[in-house]
Amino acid sequence: MTDVARLAWRQYRLERKLFWRNPSAAFFNFLLPLLFLAFFGAILHGNQKQLNVIVPGIAGMAVMSTTFTALAFNMTFLREQGILKRIRGTPIPSVSYLLGIAGNAITNTAVQIAIIAVAGRVFFGTGWPRDYLELFVFVSAGVICFASLGVAFSHAIPNFDSAPAYVNAVFLPVIFVSGVFYDAANAPGFLKGIAEALPLKHLIDGLSGAMVKGTSVSTNISALGVIAVWAALGIALAVRGFSWEQRRA
Amino acid sequence: MSDPAIEVRGLRKSYGDFEAVRGIDFEVRSGEVFGLLGPNGAGKTTTVEILEGYRERSAGDVTVLGLDPGKRSRAFRAQVGIVLQSTGIYRHIRVREAVAHFASLYPHPRDVDEVIALTGLHGKEGALARTLSGGQLRRLDLALALIGDPELIFLDEPTTGFDPAARRAAWETIRSLKQLGKTVLLTTHYLDEAQELADRVAIIKDGRIAIEGAPGELGATVGTAPYMIAYRSGNGSLVEHRTDDPTTLLHELTGAALARGHKLESLTVTRPTLEDVYLELTAEESEEPAPAEAPAPAQEPAPARGRRRRGRR
Repeated sequence: MTDVARLAWRQYRLERKLFWRNPSAAFFNFLLPLLFLAFFGAILHGNQKQLNVIVPGIAGMAVMSTTFTALAFNMTFLREQGILKRIRGTPIPSVSYLLGIAGNAITNTAVQIAIIAVAGRVFFGTGWPRDYLELFVFVSAGVICFASLGVAFSHAIPNFDSAPAYVNAVFLPVIFVSGVFYDAANAPGFLKGIAEALPLKHLIDGLSGAMVKGTSVSTNISALGVIAVWAALGIALAVRGFSWEQRRA
Repeated sequence: MSDPAIEVRGLRKSYGDFEAVRGIDFEVRSGEVFGLLGPNGAGKTTTVEILEGYRERSAGDVTVLGLDPGKRSRAFRAQVGIVLQSTGIYRHIRVREAVAHFASLYPHPRDVDEVIALTGLHGKEGALARTLSGGQLRRLDLALALIGDPELIFLDEPTTGFDPAARRAAWETIRSLKQLGKTVLLTTHYLDEAQELADRVAIIKDGRIAIEGAPGELGATVGTAPYMIAYRSGNGSLVEHRTDDPTTLLHELTGAALARGHKLESLTVTRPTLEDVYLELTAEESEEPAPAEAPAPAQEPAPARGRRRRGRR
């Protein structure tokens, strides 16, 4: 068991080191949500009602981009390059390896949420998060949900060249309908219906409760339920379709 | 360690309706370099990947270092080193980092710098993987396979894309593994490589082993007479004789020539190379569709035997 943890740590350290060396990964996983935040913050300056929407919205988007988007890309790349297969031939336990990769994504999520929380306090007048337990619960639930969905989605991506198209075909519509940039309550009915069925809107509701409104976990327990259902689906699909090798078409 | 490193009995593997491996038996002795040859699609890679633990077999018994590779135990993975045909590495990792990281995955790794030197990567320790040439990446593959100090090393086309000097260097590395008492299973398309390195080879064709033996002895196994004497006759045409007994035949030929006062121009005595045997065995593939050809070669267990008479090229 200690060996499993030690090797997971080694893999995690390597992933962190390599993450910062890869400029495009660092940009898309890290800078882009922050640029969005700066951009919308500047546009909506002085409009506190809107800022109260955008801060948890960008936080929700950051959870999704650091886990779903990043893992869908990474797993496709690692599989296509044969790196997964190479790793599988070494004595590192699969669980250690996957923990290392997931840990890398979760670190990015945590850093992003921290930066957004600070920006909310310093620039956007939303103050410090109201309920840290709720923030932790929803970020954790969001990470589990979107990380597993990202791994599951990577099974559907035929090759790395087409990964941006596949990932953005999901990511962009989901962030738009789920009220990252506006209050989802104001959206037309059919969009609202779609958003209600997807996990991101519920994650943003929970984050809004934790960061702005000061509600507790129990207030948003149904939102947590929807995220849990998607997480269960994501985990089932991620495990079931998991392959260490590129399928030969 | 007199137990064989690899023991394969009645190995079969099907993908849906297609049977890629149709009953293979062979043994790799501990400490030998064993070459697995055969055309593309013959079942080589499937066989090797079953031995490496990447694929599950459909039937048969396989033991690698006394373990069942299908179970993929950590003990198994710690004792084998694998160079796959084409595998990438993280683009932004440095050579030394990669070797050191893989070293940390094994219970008793070799020294990082020693392996870097052994694989000819010294001077490249700080280079990012994405800046390496194809040959250098292949050497990194080898370094990552050797760093765990494995007893058994699988090398799948280890020198593809190498220039001649790099190939010689890689051969030296492989020979040094043998000197260390390691067992090597080598899959290659280069017959000179197999002839040069392998103690024994097996040629796989259509999912079966067509022939197996020491590279130099295969000619005899196929049934081709083991020696060929060739020379140019007075009118310049090439004359070839095959024989089991080159001493006698050579004596007769040279005696007759001397008696007539002739010289045997360009006189050579050769043994069939691995390449001759390989081409003879695998040439049937292209002839197979022709119905007038030899009787149903695909159904014969060792199809080469009935056909060698016409095998003269």
